[in-house]
Amino acid sequence: MEVAKVENVTRIYTVGKVETHALRGVNLTIESGEFTALVGPSGSGKTTLLQLLGCLDRPSGGRVFIGGKDVSQLNRDQRADMRRGTIGFIFQFFALIPTLTAYENIEMPLLLNGHSAGERDARIKELLEAVGLGDRGTSRPDQLSGGQQQRVAIARALASKPSLILADEPTANLDTPNGKQVMETMTRLNKETGVTFVFATHDPRVIEYARRIVTLRDGLVAEDKAVH
Amino acid sequence: MIQMLRLAFRNLGRNRRRSFFSALAMGLALALLLVMASFIEGEMMSAVESTIGLQSGHLQVRSANYNEARTSLKWEDLIENPEQVAAPIASLAPVTAATPRLYASGFITTRQEAAGVRVLGIDPASAANAPYRDGMLEGAFISAEDRQGVLIGHTLARRLDLATGDSVNLSVNTSSGDVDEQAFIIRGIFSTGTSGFDGLTVLLPLAKAQAFTGAENRASSVFVLLKDTGQTESVLAAIQAPGYQVLTWQDMNEMLIQIEQLSGSYMGFFYLIVLGIAATVIINTQIMSVYERTREIGILSAIGMRGRRLMAIFLTECGLLAVGGIVLGLIVGGIAVAYLTRYGFPMDIESFGITGMLFSDTIYTKLTVQDALQLIAMTFIVTLLAGVYPAVLAARMEPVAALRAEK
Repeated sequence: MEVAKVENVTRIYTVGKVETHALRGVNLTIESGEFTALVGPSGSGKTTLLQLLGCLDRPSGGRVFIGGKDVSQLNRDQRADMRRGTIGFIFQFFALIPTLTAYENIEMPLLLNGHSAGERDARIKELLEAVGLGDRGTSRPDQLSGGQQQRVAIARALASKPSLILADEPTANLDTPNGKQVMETMTRLNKETGVTFVFATHDPRVIEYARRIVTLRDGLVAEDKAVH
Repeated sequence: MIQMLRLAFRNLGRNRRRSFFSALAMGLALALLLVMASFIEGEMMSAVESTIGLQSGHLQVRSANYNEARTSLKWEDLIENPEQVAAPIASLAPVTAATPRLYASGFITTRQEAAGVRVLGIDPASAANAPYRDGMLEGAFISAEDRQGVLIGHTLARRLDLATGDSVNLSVNTSSGDVDEQAFIIRGIFSTGTSGFDGLTVLLPLAKAQAFTGAENRASSVFVLLKDTGQTESVLAAIQAPGYQVLTWQDMNEMLIQIEQLSGSYMGFFYLIVLGIAATVIINTQIMSVYERTREIGILSAIGMRGRRLMAIFLTECGLLAVGGIVLGLIVGGIAVAYLTRYGFPMDIESFGITGMLFSDTIYTKLTVQDALQLIAMTFIVTLLAGVYPAVLAARMEPVAALRAEK
């Protein structure tokens, strides 16, 4: 089943009189349950493509479909609603709210989705266990290691049971053991829950976990291959 | 909502010192306004009380022709046999005193100096004289039979360097249009706490004043004091004085009423200016906060938080700052107001060039519940309004740009 699709998507950034073509007509379909890596050199358009798939941005041309729905022209609030229910994010930096505990950070998307206190509590405890942090729920981000913070971010991304999780360089700021632990957590959750993961990376240690590798170069898909 | 409050509270806690000083700015503004409002209220109340107690009474019965500005002593401008007019009024239940008074303008002269004065003929036995009797600084109160004694205000005594027992010459206009002069002995010196009154007033027994001015058995007015100012209108309706005019204290003090009304709107404008200045601190703090938390705004937006909800977070923070400011303002302002309510604030009103109205020399602040609630509400609303621009700034951030921000 198709989770996300981009059709001839372009994205042009204009700074002053200078135009930068980040994407030049990308076509890509992401199927349910995939564990896909977007790879390519810096400036190839990986992050831009993730942002369009995540409804964080709108394309300059072409169309983006999430769960079969064209999201290309949604306004700011409609895109926020789409993200809230359907898409989870994991960022390169450990994108947690510093004033909230691990528990509360995971709770945030559940609150936004209007889950009851009981539902929230059960889901958060389940997710903390799933990422191996069952005993760290009360810790603030600054009391957690980088790897632990990234696992909290994974749990938060999964909280609302999205169909698609997008990760932008999820291990870039982690040392090798922590990076490995994060990737293993993502792989395991992909297998256990069937949620689709698409992650951008240029780290060869991360790429080896992917089952599909999409290579971008100069804003175009240069190669798209299944592995394993 | 609880989560929103929790998040807002913790956000303010990130930079406690900054949050404290922001709240303090609003608090000091509120404290200043509480003092100002209570000062104006106290000043106006004291002016009304002084004016009613010393000058106009709650009501006055006068001849239809009486011209107060000219202090007329013509017989046709006066009330004949004023006791007969006063007696039925005095018998009314809400009335504390109804007493004839005779006003004349004149000069008091000593060997060295002279001063223009207002001569006031009073019935020494009347309860309406309590402000003078209770304010006696030296000497004794005059008696009805005294034909040589006068009382003078302490400001006048100080200006002319007079003391009890001193002799003075008093010249007054008379009913015939002439000027008469007689020597008197100062029986005592009083203070009403209102220099404007004490610097101008000479008290004589009514009978002596009538004889001196040639008014005979006439008075300028029947001065009526009530137990409760609120009963003015009902007593006015009950007074039967055909051929005379009956004036209320509002009729006689239009300027004071206008000043009171004007001060209300003027102070409202002043409150907004003070709160507006303090609110710039809140705006500045919250704008800084928005820029410091740009990436967080991006994260919240990425997980699906709508702009309106982002706005609500920042406005909730402003709401908490407002509550903190109000608490601080009530503490600081409360202490200041309590002190000034007890010990007062010395004011030399005359040096401000305000004449024609009676203001006390010491203003005791009076904070009404209505003023306090109004200022608290204004502080809260202005603080929230100050947070609107930063909140809109946060809500309008594009998530991609926000996520790209440096931490």
